[in-house]
Amino acid sequence: MNDFTPYPEAAFLQQAWQNLAIFWSFDDINATWVLLGSLLLGMSASVIGAFAFLRKRSLLGDALAHAALPGVMMAFLLSGSRDAEMLFIGALASSLLGFWLIDWLPKNTKIKPDAALAITLSFFFALGLMLLSYIQTSELPNKSGLDKLLFGQAAAITAEDIQLLIYVTSAVLLIVVLFFEKFRLIAFNRTYAKTLGIPVKFYELLLALMIVLSVVVGLQLVGVVLMAAILLTPVAAARFWSHQLSSLLILAALFGALSALLGAQISYIAPAMPTGPWIVVSLSLLFFISFLFAPKQGLLKRYWDYRQLKTRVLEENILRTLYKLLEREHFKRNHFTLAEITALRALPLNPLQKTLQKLVKRHYLVKHQLAYGLSEEGLLKAIKLTRRHRLWESYLSQHADLNSEQVHQQAERIEHILNQEQEQQIVAELMEQLHPQDPHGSPIPKLPSQNLQETQ
Amino acid sequence: MNNTVPLKVDQLSIRYHHKPILTDVSFAIPAGQTVAIIGPNGAGKSSLLKGIMGLTPIIQGQVEFFGKPLSEKRLTTAYVPQREEIDWDFPIDVMDVVLMGRHGQLKFWQRPRQADRELARAALQDLGMWEFRERQIAQLSGGQQQRVFLARALAQQASLYLMDEPFAGVDVATEKAIIELFKQLKAKGNTVVCVHHDLNTVREYFDYVLLINSRLIAAGPSTEVLTQENLNKTYGGRLSLLNDLTEQMYRSRLDNAHQDD
Repeated sequence: MNDFTPYPEAAFLQQAWQNLAIFWSFDDINATWVLLGSLLLGMSASVIGAFAFLRKRSLLGDALAHAALPGVMMAFLLSGSRDAEMLFIGALASSLLGFWLIDWLPKNTKIKPDAALAITLSFFFALGLMLLSYIQTSELPNKSGLDKLLFGQAAAITAEDIQLLIYVTSAVLLIVVLFFEKFRLIAFNRTYAKTLGIPVKFYELLLALMIVLSVVVGLQLVGVVLMAAILLTPVAAARFWSHQLSSLLILAALFGALSALLGAQISYIAPAMPTGPWIVVSLSLLFFISFLFAPKQGLLKRYWDYRQLKTRVLEENILRTLYKLLEREHFKRNHFTLAEITALRALPLNPLQKTLQKLVKRHYLVKHQLAYGLSEEGLLKAIKLTRRHRLWESYLSQHADLNSEQVHQQAERIEHILNQEQEQQIVAELMEQLHPQDPHGSPIPKLPSQNLQETQ
Repeated sequence: MNNTVPLKVDQLSIRYHHKPILTDVSFAIPAGQTVAIIGPNGAGKSSLLKGIMGLTPIIQGQVEFFGKPLSEKRLTTAYVPQREEIDWDFPIDVMDVVLMGRHGQLKFWQRPRQADRELARAALQDLGMWEFRERQIAQLSGGQQQRVFLARALAQQASLYLMDEPFAGVDVATEKAIIELFKQLKAKGNTVVCVHHDLNTVREYFDYVLLINSRLIAAGPSTEVLTQENLNKTYGGRLSLLNDLTEQMYRSRLDNAHQDD
């Protein structure tokens, strides 16, 4: 099969395909660990990131990830080994130092929190890069691979790293489940939590520690630079789908796991590929899909709702215009030309004709040659709308002291959203001095049923 | 019920950086009454409540709840923050917000129990919000949000309630519900302390009044304290020389240096 390979791409694809097969056959134990590790990391990072997001401390994770870099380098320089535990402790220490600085600066100087974050982030990152360049030009053994911490690389990960990753992320997930209620309370209303006597500082520290831990164990996989995305993008995407924190967290965990899996797999299959950027790109894709297609808050749904409202308003306006024409003719003539309709209500011809045809199709209107008239069904609807319009005008002129032009403007809008209950409420409030006429002197038509009874 | 004074404040001072917010405020509140804290904008009304609850650092002074420090009387004291302090877009429903009132008594891993849910239900019913229990808080009107906050405090089963502007920007139904709540709480011998801004309703809603403008102007039953003279003092000329000098004192750290002798 492999005899003839005219293009290097084919060989590459072949290789990638083989790797993929190995990856999913679970034969390569290392690949299986990577799979599990990235799943857990995606879940724990996005869940803990969600709390940072809700507390409006989104950039904290980013700063802490950058702050971890010099710690890793120092640990390597001091111990001379690439022991997973060693590097982890170094990263943890410098990340915590960064956290302390971010917290300390605004409290004790005039520097505001956002500036403190930016200053700390760039200082630690620069320090880390400096140490990294020093290590790379030095003669130290085992130095290769440290630069992979910038963007992450699943293929370069050791079994030891993965084990640590699994311990830590499981612990993080467990703690979030355990303290869920308290974390939510503090994220929602910090001062109130304090008045309950809850040790807010302790929980905040715990949350920060969880973020630091997730960030630090994720470095090998995601990298320093893009860690913030895996903390924040999942919850941002999930926000379009759900309003309940528990389901929001589950959804965010799902998004995080999915993209971490994708990124880790791609970089495992094609070892030259960095993992972090792949994770972030797939996460962003999920975000855009959510933004566009989410069932309630997606852009498309909102646009669709708006279009529907626009059509409905146009239809109702036409029905009401025909009713007014009918009224003007003392209910003697029920067919009106386009010219008569547009004389009363200025409308562009094209949408007017289209809507008229649609209304005819739905039996609200009847067409007599070139003229249109209300059907019985259309008449009922038109009466209902006109009644609401004129009731609202009466209500406004009585209660809000507006002149007749102003009340008309308002009623033009309100008539489309009033419901039966609100209509009755208006009638009840107008009861004492309910005129049969609106402020312009036009009669307020009665409820359809009553009207029919009278005409029969 | 309680013979001791529910809330006693002794020589309380609060400052923001070097700016004096409140200076030397002392008062004691009688049990079983509704108490209004009245004063112009920026007089330090909310700061007073926050200082009492330990949410703002106080530079001197003492606060006693039923004769004890706050740490021993947390469970008998409920605080209702201003509505504007919260992000109402937070993904949570009404019931879960009210259940937060029970967390002072729950261990760190505990979820609300059936008994807590019962209390939350009773609180929501008292404020006419039971049918909204599954509603997202983002979908509530301003008045309904306020009632949820009050229900949460009520679920705490406290005997002293400190409320920051509960009447601000609420509808008629909510205003009625709050008045009804006051009656219930008073009937149980509980005490309510409110920051209030509407002078027209003070006499009607509150038994006792604290007039505040950077310092305590007057404290006493509303029938006695709400005189034109006191109101003029509260809302009239600012005591600018006094505040300026106090600020200067804080800047110079004189208060610390002075303690040496």
